[in-house]
Amino acid sequence: MDAVPARARGYVAAVAVPAVLCLLPAPAEDTSWRALGLLAALYAACEHAVRRRFGGPFYPVLLAGAFLLPPSAAALVAVPAALLSPVEHRPALLRRVWRAAQPALAVWAAARVHGALGGRDAVAGSDFPYALLPAGAAVLAFCTVLTALDGGLRAAAGPVPPRRAWRGLLARSLAPVAVHGLAGLMMAVLWRSPYGPVAALLVLLPMCVSWWVFAQYHRERAAHQATIRALVQAVDIKDGYTRGHSERVGQASVLIARELGMDDERVEMLRFAGILHDVGKLGVPTRLLRKNGPLTPEERRIIELHPEYGHEMVRGISFLGEARAAILHHHERLDGSGYPYGLAGDRIPECARIVAVADAFDAMTSTRCYSRARPVEAAVAELERCAGAHFDPRMVGALVRALRRYGWHPTVTAEEPARDTPPVQRTARTGVPR
Amino acid sequence: MTVLRLIHSAAALVSAACLTVTLWTGLHDRGVALAFGVLVTAGELTRWSDAEGRRQAAPLGAACSLAYALLGADDGRPSQHDAAQVVTVVLVATVLGAVPHIWSGHSPTADHLARRVLTVGFAAVCFQPLYNQGVFALWSGPAYALLLLTLLALTSLCGAVLAAALAHCRTRWPFGPLLREELRGLLGIGSAVCATGAVMALAVAVVGLWALPVFCLPMLLVQLSLRRYAAVRATYRQTIASLARATEIAGCTPAGHAHRVAALSQAVGRDLGLTGPELTVLEYAALMHDIGQLSLVDPVPGGATSGLPAAEQRRIALLGGAVVRQTGVDPAVAVVVERQADPYPEQPLAARIVRAVNAYEEKARDAGPEGPLRALEELRLGSAGSYAPEVVESLARVLARPRGWRGTAPAPGGGRRTGLSDPVPGWVTHG
Repeated sequence: MDAVPARARGYVAAVAVPAVLCLLPAPAEDTSWRALGLLAALYAACEHAVRRRFGGPFYPVLLAGAFLLPPSAAALVAVPAALLSPVEHRPALLRRVWRAAQPALAVWAAARVHGALGGRDAVAGSDFPYALLPAGAAVLAFCTVLTALDGGLRAAAGPVPPRRAWRGLLARSLAPVAVHGLAGLMMAVLWRSPYGPVAALLVLLPMCVSWWVFAQYHRERAAHQATIRALVQAVDIKDGYTRGHSERVGQASVLIARELGMDDERVEMLRFAGILHDVGKLGVPTRLLRKNGPLTPEERRIIELHPEYGHEMVRGISFLGEARAAILHHHERLDGSGYPYGLAGDRIPECARIVAVADAFDAMTSTRCYSRARPVEAAVAELERCAGAHFDPRMVGALVRALRRYGWHPTVTAEEPARDTPPVQRTARTGVPR
Repeated sequence: MTVLRLIHSAAALVSAACLTVTLWTGLHDRGVALAFGVLVTAGELTRWSDAEGRRQAAPLGAACSLAYALLGADDGRPSQHDAAQVVTVVLVATVLGAVPHIWSGHSPTADHLARRVLTVGFAAVCFQPLYNQGVFALWSGPAYALLLLTLLALTSLCGAVLAAALAHCRTRWPFGPLLREELRGLLGIGSAVCATGAVMALAVAVVGLWALPVFCLPMLLVQLSLRRYAAVRATYRQTIASLARATEIAGCTPAGHAHRVAALSQAVGRDLGLTGPELTVLEYAALMHDIGQLSLVDPVPGGATSGLPAAEQRRIALLGGAVVRQTGVDPAVAVVVERQADPYPEQPLAARIVRAVNAYEEKARDAGPEGPLRALEELRLGSAGSYAPEVVESLARVLARPRGWRGTAPAPGGGRRTGLSDPVPGWVTHG
């Protein structure tokens, strides 16, 4: 993040100028300096605590300022926090200016709209339900300015093409900002009530607790994903030749599922199914997995137990849903000659048919102890030859279409590319010519 | 059980008295009563139990009930209701909201009801009579807000004591750690409930009933976040349990060993006064304590590590710690797994527990009906250096309880299917 493009610098400077203009007019007679100082200090404290812990903005105080103070004073509330809060990345000055200018402009707009609709009198007189109308309009203005400025920065600084920089930003941020707006409205109403700022402060407590719980949720989820990766790594350690195989099968399964137009939840499920499909190999002796040369029938039978072991292991993980069936049945064949149950045709779960194709595809395009990697075209030809007998033609067709559209560029994150994998990666990256 | 009966009969008595008084005098301020009642019911409907199935999480319902108990005015007009009406409204609303829970039989409702009635009754009795007599007229502005907060803090303290007492009666776990756990819960979610209760009472006094839907929202957010957090925690537990099963699938350890050691370790941990996060670390460490055996070339016969030479035990423990570090769980878990084979004076408490319980499980499982006693005796004799005497004594206490330690495992058929609750009878193991 050290190198900020000149365009972005220019953009931030261009935003800072109107922000300063918003702050400049001498605060009106009715500005309550006590409220301004308290709110600014409160916002700085919240920003300091919240941004460092949870890494997100905290708007209720800002919006309360917009509901309580005249526009230029409300914009001032946002400034001290930006100057005081720690900045993690360089360049610090540019970031501070941006963090002060963006909310200042948004709050100014919100306070303007709120004042124009007579909101401040409604808040002072606790005139409900009318007070909700100016507050809603102010939240909308706040959110619009915020996202417009954000999108502009994305277009100026990032690799995002200008057309897509704004897409979906407003819709995504409107709901959370609306909740913050309601909290801000409560703060403002209680602030003006006989109970004063003490009561207003109480509103922040549930918001902070909600943030805290949410942050814990994210931490726990990250830990969970790391544990799933560890499961996969355990298999990779045992079966050295298939390093990265699990994750690539996950990616190929996702390609097929997307091509078939499945919804996001199922696609995610199939990623897990692909990643975990061989987890049962943990139960197969390492000696057999690493054996060079042909297997005896008995050894083959032991290896063929791995789908059942895998299912046994993940049975208790309820969020995997139908991915568990995929793990159990990914070696079934369409003509009924597969294992473990010899299911045929439609009796094989759909997700298992997808994982089977993805598994075979990756097995052919990566180097194994018994064969060298084949180019993607040869693998596709082989898949198409076996479609109908071994594989579901629908899944094979979907994979072929997806490969034609996106090519095959597997990325393996679970393990940074080790020294001994280059041939796999090189061959796999060829992609399919149109 | 006498304390439990005492609490329940006190709650029943309070409810009956309040119902009678309210029936006698009739409802005042029906609109307000109805609005709060609806909110409490909604809060109850979205209630759920946490992973251990003990602590009930209904922050919205609790906050609304407390707000109603401390409501002094509606839109500037002094309110008319008395303490008996507060209890009646909250009781009826809670019961209505609990109907689906009772129907599905998922969570113990009687304790929850008793707690709610007694805490709300306490708050209402402290506040309403004095308010109606005008004692608080002198407290104006911010002082009044602080007064409400103080009352709420007092009420939550009583609620925590009550909850700990109820849990103690149900599970026979020591009272002190349970109370500590409840008090720690007060700092997080409890403070949000108190703040929302106070804010609601004040806001209704200022703007009238319009405040209720607006002011419920942050609490609803808290409730949603909590719920998602609980869900992901449950999933995480299941994944850890599956990882622990890897050793069983690989034929290193007998089926269900990790699960049994985890359940028994948790019971011993509770007996020794561990709480919350410490118990989670202990559980995960106990589940994964054998994972180092995956890295062995030759499996240990029967997976029984307690009979091996100390150096070998320590080597396997270190291998296990290395695997656990990769899984991204709390590093404290890896430390416990690594140090499970050290001499006990150098071990953290959780590692002592895992070591003793693992040895007990390995010695007792195939030794027939006298196995448990003989295994305990062996542990006691081997206490010089290997097993911490206080842990062995605690283990003996836990085992002496009639099916007491099983209380830590999720109740079967409780609507949650975790990997831990599967007793896995007769499933395929390799070897």
